[in-house]
Amino acid sequence: MAKRIDVSGLSAYYGSFKGIEDISMTIEPRSVTAFIGPSGCGKSTFLRTLNRMHEVIPGARVEGKVMLDDENLYGAGVDPVAVRRTVGMVFQRPNPFPTMSIYDNVVAGLRLAGVRKKSLLDAVVEKSLKGANLWNEVKDRLNKPGAGLSGGQQQRLCIARAIAVEPQVLLMDEPCSALDPISTLAVEDLIGELKSQFTIVIVTHNMQQAARVSDRTAFFNLAGVGQPGRLVEIDDTQRIFSNPSVQATEDYISGRFG
Amino acid sequence: MDTPSPTVPQDRDDGRNHPPHDTVDLPAQLPSALAQATGQSGVSSPPKAGNRIGDTLFLAASRGSGILLLCIMAAIAIFLGWQASKSIGSNHGNFFTTFEWNADATPPVFGIAVLLFGTVVSSVIAMAVAVPVAMGIALFISHYAPRRLAQPIAYLVDLLAAVPSIVYGLWGALFLVPHMNGLTSWMNDYLGWTYVFGQSDSVAGSAPRNLFTVGVLLAIMILPIITAVSREVFRQVPRMHEEAALALGATRWEMIRTAVLPFGRPGVISASMLGLGRALGETMAVATVLSPSDKLNLHIMDPGGGTFAQNIAAKFGEAFDNGRSALIASGLMLFVITLLVNAGARMIIARRKEFSGANA
Ligand SMILES: Nc1ncnc2c1ncn2[C@@H]1O[C@H](COP(=O)(O)OP(=O)(O)O)[C@@H](O)[C@H]1O
Ligand SMILES: [Mg+2]
Repeated sequence: MAKRIDVSGLSAYYGSFKGIEDISMTIEPRSVTAFIGPSGCGKSTFLRTLNRMHEVIPGARVEGKVMLDDENLYGAGVDPVAVRRTVGMVFQRPNPFPTMSIYDNVVAGLRLAGVRKKSLLDAVVEKSLKGANLWNEVKDRLNKPGAGLSGGQQQRLCIARAIAVEPQVLLMDEPCSALDPISTLAVEDLIGELKSQFTIVIVTHNMQQAARVSDRTAFFNLAGVGQPGRLVEIDDTQRIFSNPSVQATEDYISGRFG
Repeated sequence: MDTPSPTVPQDRDDGRNHPPHDTVDLPAQLPSALAQATGQSGVSSPPKAGNRIGDTLFLAASRGSGILLLCIMAAIAIFLGWQASKSIGSNHGNFFTTFEWNADATPPVFGIAVLLFGTVVSSVIAMAVAVPVAMGIALFISHYAPRRLAQPIAYLVDLLAAVPSIVYGLWGALFLVPHMNGLTSWMNDYLGWTYVFGQSDSVAGSAPRNLFTVGVLLAIMILPIITAVSREVFRQVPRMHEEAALALGATRWEMIRTAVLPFGRPGVISASMLGLGRALGETMAVATVLSPSDKLNLHIMDPGGGTFAQNIAAKFGEAFDNGRSALIASGLMLFVITLLVNAGARMIIARRKEFSGANA
């Protein structure tokens, strides 16, 4: 249920501004790949090109190829809506639908796909919330608003919502940056469990987090303000943090560690 | 009119980082300037006393205006109630079930049945037509139209919302009435079986100065205000909720159904109440289009009928003492209806308050 992502020569634009340039990388299935790099280097932009969310911004466009196993996501005739059902996404700020209950939030994706059968929905809610380590905390209040949960619980609810549609890939854009340390730990544990089923890509500003949760790490950088972000290198996390092959990576990592 | 204010969410964050306020460099001389302004010397002592005076003044002013408003409302209610009770005592008909309105006759016989029916029917038609269309236009402006098109349309709608109702009335009488016959006879042909949309044979082809035309005119009249408020509400939907829906594989319309409409629901209800308030109380536009009569006709496309406001406008000038009191009594009924409708709307909004997104 997990697929390999193969990106080649990918650039993304906001109007005439080029946000990222010529990125190529391979992301292995059933692994966690972390994106690190300074703010504004295009990590979020790149992540959003992987499920065609980039183009929902007015004026934004993408050049290049993203292969999901052997389907080009940017091929002619590919429906971006279908892509987003295959490649799920969790955002930086927890964003459960405020007008929906916990239950309805989890099944929102399934309802969009036309699933109406109550027994099936019930089963998916339980499975997804258990998968997101949230079941025990919310099983008695599934009909309460999702927005009433704590920040960490909301983020895990968003993860449950994303995995409920059984995507091939799960993209996470700084999923812990709005969370306290304990919630962060809960989400990190969850990522460790989820990688047995999904291809996971996570953007993080936290080096220790990248080191803790990821198998491979990609370092992005930009030459200067107004310049497009580029991929500097991608390698096993172990190697990136002990003995990176590019000097800039080492500078960035050691600079952050002090 | 007592209208629930549109719930406008505080959260406009689009998910991107904004610079925190405390990174803004204040001019170095600001602390001393502050101290001077608040009559305090020394940079170290915070300007507390000044704030408290400001708070006290503001509290007094806001509480005072609140109390004043309640007093005015109470005064209006008492005045209307006192005036109305004089005439109702003299009434030889039943105030609620009598059709005719002869308050200055001896003995006076008057009732609001026709007026209540006409007011409710024309307002229901107006809402049924205006609310869906207004939501469509509002969604088009906020979520579909390219910016270059959306802005002129939005501006036009705002402009239309400010057009006085007599202008709509004249347009209705001069343009709408002569052009309604096509629609009326079409509806008679295809929807006549509903009885409500059927026409009596005797009136087919005569000028459609009926409740249906009034309803359509009112719909056109309240369309801009409902559109304008709904558009603002739809624009306030946080980007992150829309993206959440899109990322789940929603099409644009599904995104609107999942994230935008539920979030905008309280605001759209409030907007509709604004429009309904205008429709219920509309005088001139109704008076210029309707040919009033004291017949209660369930064929709403037959000429005749009346509304509270139209009846008051038509009869007040030539009414004597009891006639005026009776008209005031009918005005009071309109007031009560408006209150009830608004209370209902508030209850609908409050029932799903915890799901409103206000705490998101
Ligand atoms: N919606 C947008 N419109 C225009 N430019 C944007 C938008 N979002 C991001 N950018 C620009 O694209 C570049 C990369 O941003 P982003 O991908 O958010 O970086 P990161 O996530 O690594 O901090 C930045 O220069 C940023 O200003
Ligand atoms: Mg980012």
